[in-house]
Amino acid sequence: MSKLKTFSVGGIHPDKHKITSACPIEDAGIPETVFVPVKQHIGAPAKILVQKGDRVKTGTLIADADGIVSADVHSPVSGEVIKIEEQTGETGYLETMITIKTEGDEWEESIDRTPDLVSDISASPEEIVNIIRSAGIVGMGGAGYPTPVKISVPAGKKIDCIILNGIECEPWLTADDRLMQEKGEQIIIGAKILNKALGIQKAVIAIDENKPQAIETLHQLTRRYVGVNIAVCRTKYPQGAERQLIAAVTGREVPPGCLPVDVGCLVQNVGTVHAIYEAVQKHKPLFERIVTVSGDDLENPGNFRVRIGTPASYLIDKAKPLGTPGKIIFGGPMMGVAATNLAAPVTKTTSGILLLKEDSVNIFEPTACIRCGRCAESCPQGLEPFAIAGFVRRGEYQSAKKIHVLDCMECGCCSYICPAKIPLTDYCKLAKYEIRKKK
Amino acid sequence: MSEIITANIIVLSLIALAAAVVLYFAAQKFKVENNPLAEKIAALLPQANCGACGKAGCKDFAEACVKADAESFAHLYCPAGGSKVMTAVAKELGFSTPEHEPTVAVLHCNGTCENAPDKVEYVGLQSCRLANRAFVGKTGCPNGCLRLGDCVANCPFGAIEMDKKTGLPKVNPDKCTSCGACVRICPRGLYEIRPRGENGVMLYVACSNRQKGAVARKNCKAACIACMKCAKICPEITVENNLSRIPASVSPQTWGAELAAACPTGAIVYTGNKGKENEQA
Repeated sequence: MSKLKTFSVGGIHPDKHKITSACPIEDAGIPETVFVPVKQHIGAPAKILVQKGDRVKTGTLIADADGIVSADVHSPVSGEVIKIEEQTGETGYLETMITIKTEGDEWEESIDRTPDLVSDISASPEEIVNIIRSAGIVGMGGAGYPTPVKISVPAGKKIDCIILNGIECEPWLTADDRLMQEKGEQIIIGAKILNKALGIQKAVIAIDENKPQAIETLHQLTRRYVGVNIAVCRTKYPQGAERQLIAAVTGREVPPGCLPVDVGCLVQNVGTVHAIYEAVQKHKPLFERIVTVSGDDLENPGNFRVRIGTPASYLIDKAKPLGTPGKIIFGGPMMGVAATNLAAPVTKTTSGILLLKEDSVNIFEPTACIRCGRCAESCPQGLEPFAIAGFVRRGEYQSAKKIHVLDCMECGCCSYICPAKIPLTDYCKLAKYEIRKKK
Repeated sequence: MSEIITANIIVLSLIALAAAVVLYFAAQKFKVENNPLAEKIAALLPQANCGACGKAGCKDFAEACVKADAESFAHLYCPAGGSKVMTAVAKELGFSTPEHEPTVAVLHCNGTCENAPDKVEYVGLQSCRLANRAFVGKTGCPNGCLRLGDCVANCPFGAIEMDKKTGLPKVNPDKCTSCGACVRICPRGLYEIRPRGENGVMLYVACSNRQKGAVARKNCKAACIACMKCAKICPEITVENNLSRIPASVSPQTWGAELAAACPTGAIVYTGNKGKENEQA
């Protein structure tokens, strides 16, 4: 095999823990009530279209995008809207949610529920963007940036490279891995749809080498599709980050303050591309996703197809924890959010729910910095976290800005590698928050 | 030998002379006009450069004092120095001393370890501003004190201390200069600069909760539940967004004991009644 691709600056190798890689995607079923937040994306919250007492079908539009950077929200179940009020989300803060009581599972008639593969793309490029917008699709890798905005290329710029992000570099998570193994062909057609929408011929699916099954499956499939290739990357965290992935696959560097489109690249998560396939070819809006429920001490960890709005506690019951978990994380262990409320629902961006044992969550007292420089070595953005932490301790946020703390993407490499266990990522986050507040 | 020494002395003297001439003209050109009076006043100020007066620092404040006339001088006040410093400044400038009520910072939260027990653990950088972004707080109250002590670390006068027993920061009214650093740093806006009152007797609502009463009570026993009892007793009190606010104009001496006794959750703090305060704290 030729030399594997990867990004050159920084990166770490955390333990993989991909124990659910061989677990087929299971249907999680439909809970009795779902809680659908109106803001599951970056941008303005969606405007609520339903009222208490309204009856909705699965796939009915219940909240409309408010502005360009926003996304539609569709009902994930059929039933009755029983409450529209603020409820606690995973961080404990209040979020506006639409509560729907489930009755049966009646889908909108327009949705094609057959399992047949539709490979002919009949929609025109403009239609594709409109369908993606009305299906409420957002980046499903974690950030939740509305996809139609991302694929509407600004005038004067040109995209020549579409990268499908199947890296999934976070430990434990296997949702994208399983999706590539089971729905490989759908993802490839999704890539073709993106090609058509942007008027270019090629797409690259980037996969970490630690997913041999997915690589094999897609390798077989891409032989039949001209223009879709696979780029196998050497496993390293955070390869799934947009900038690092572009550097790994194309060798192009996205300058600070610029977007991938400035270097002619578009990166889409494979989950998002699968959702695009379902929206364009099957007329199915985004109301369910694959969630990995994993952790140590679980009887039934696995990958579940989950309706948006399903409470986390419902999924945790499915996974059957053997003991009391010490820490529950929404997302991956490196960048995810520690949950304080288990009634919080799965959203469009929840890629996993992790239940870690109390004794596997290491809590360290930070000690003094020994100036070893490992944080700077591991930073994929080439920053100096130890220096940033020093400035933040003294409250010199403008000095921290001068050494480019705003380019930090909070991947957590520095905190992970620090032998003194200093929460360096936290310092960077605080600096970014303070600088943005002062503007 | 003596020739070399003489030559050296002459050459060096000439260089020194040339440098002196250059320096003289440079000093004339870049001369900074300093008002001796402003310097005198700056010497009277605490030199904490805390910015509480609204100026860039003590020097800036001193210059503003010098430029001020009798009317605008009345608006200038150094909270860190207090009336003692202002009397000295006024004497220096020949103005009358402006009247200024002494103020102090108060924390509008009574979510002590006992009233609002911890529900979750927090691991990471011990900073309220960061924790406020990451999650709702250990107690579950989205408006209450996070108890991580950003105000303690940022008080320029060391007037705030973490009370180990309650878990809440405690303002020392004797050290507090009402500079407002805590008001600016607190991510939840829990601090307010209030008149210190006669003999330090104060009356305020120690809660900032804006959730409905039943929800707030789940997290904290001392939450204001907007029951309106205080508003019925004293018409000046307003209740908005599920939260009662006692304006500083409500006299603690007249209303304090009655309001504190009437409050069903103990959210109203009346520092005149020492027994009552200890019970809450």
